[in-house]
Amino acid sequence: MRKLLPGIILLIFLSACAPKQAALPILGNREPITKTVDGKTVTDTAYATIPDFKFVNQYADTITAKNLNGKIYVADFFFTTCPSICPVMHRNMLNVYKEFKDDDNFRIISHTIDPKYDTIPVLKRYADKMGITGNSWWLLHGNKGDTYNIAKSYLQTVQEKNPAGQFIHDGFFILIDKQKRIRGTYEGTDPKEVEKLIADIKILKAEPEQAASK
Amino acid sequence: MKLKLISGILLLIIVFAVSCQSDKQVEFNRYYSGGSAIYQAHCENCHGAKGEGLQALIPPLTDSIYLKNNKASLSCYIKKGLKGKIIIHEREFEGEMPVDDLAPIEIAKVLTYVTNSFGNKMGTIDLQRVQADLEKCR
Ligand code: HEC
Repeated sequence: MRKLLPGIILLIFLSACAPKQAALPILGNREPITKTVDGKTVTDTAYATIPDFKFVNQYADTITAKNLNGKIYVADFFFTTCPSICPVMHRNMLNVYKEFKDDDNFRIISHTIDPKYDTIPVLKRYADKMGITGNSWWLLHGNKGDTYNIAKSYLQTVQEKNPAGQFIHDGFFILIDKQKRIRGTYEGTDPKEVEKLIADIKILKAEPEQAASK
Repeated sequence: MKLKLISGILLLIIVFAVSCQSDKQVEFNRYYSGGSAIYQAHCENCHGAKGEGLQALIPPLTDSIYLKNNKASLSCYIKKGLKGKIIIHEREFEGEMPVDDLAPIEIAKVLTYVTNSFGNKMGTIDLQRVQADLEKCR
């Protein structure tokens, strides 16, 4: 028995260190909130969430935050005539689309930052040419102010056309959980980062809290 | 004596021919490797690292027959942009390639790269040729 003890202790240590699937962080601003529960004051953390919004997708359907309730989703910002990073981003996003397009609890939303040119028929044509069907990838049209504002809550910056006629925007893919919290940002132009995004979506889907919430 | 002279001349001709050949090869290599860097910076976003294009939005650069048939216009496609219906690999594309204001020598290099990569093999498209083709752009 004596002899066994060190072995048991070692085993306990080892099992404590066994590799666990690393949980994804929660990003964005957080604030402590104090509540009174059962007469006691407790401090909780409020994480930044994506506020409500209203945009229109390529099928001319109105899309609000409600349409994403109970869904994990990825957001990005683009425009159809973008000559620089967007074709690369969406070449990579196609891999995300293909991986999860049969999962109704998953969505991709791509906001156009050039609503004047990217009208709904233009977005529909773009979707058709990209081979996007069904409802797993929405291309969203809205007024410029709304789009630029929502970009801020995704921690992104987009700007007006620069003198060369190009819009400046970040090429990030942002991963949002069912509680509308930011769980990761990925360089959309880098195939390796997008592979990580796909892996992270799988980790996120498996989180008990995510699996439970509808 | 005569034999020696003849074989000497023959040797000279061979040497010239060989060095001339390799001059051409050197020129090709220079265009091709320069073109590769220009392709990465100016074209790869859209047409892809392997010239594969993007779905039905951006055509691939792998249709050797199309490239051959339109060889004299390729410079203008880059300099003036390209718009409207085209058929690539029997698939219809109708998009718009924006103007890229590359210098003629850069156009020559990038076209040499494109027309000798992704399964294409058309040889050097040199500066003289590009300058002549650019004269005829509409
Ligand atoms: C903004 C995206 C974009 C960029 C950047 C771009 N192209 Fe294109 N390219 C296109 C589109 C779209 C078409 C098809 C135009 C049409 O439908 O009429 C095209 C057509 C072509 C064609 C003729 C069709 C074919 O597939 O063979 C060639 C050749 C070509 N591009 C070469 C280049 C080269 C070389 C560069 C870099 C100097 C370049 N392109 C940069 C989008 C782009």
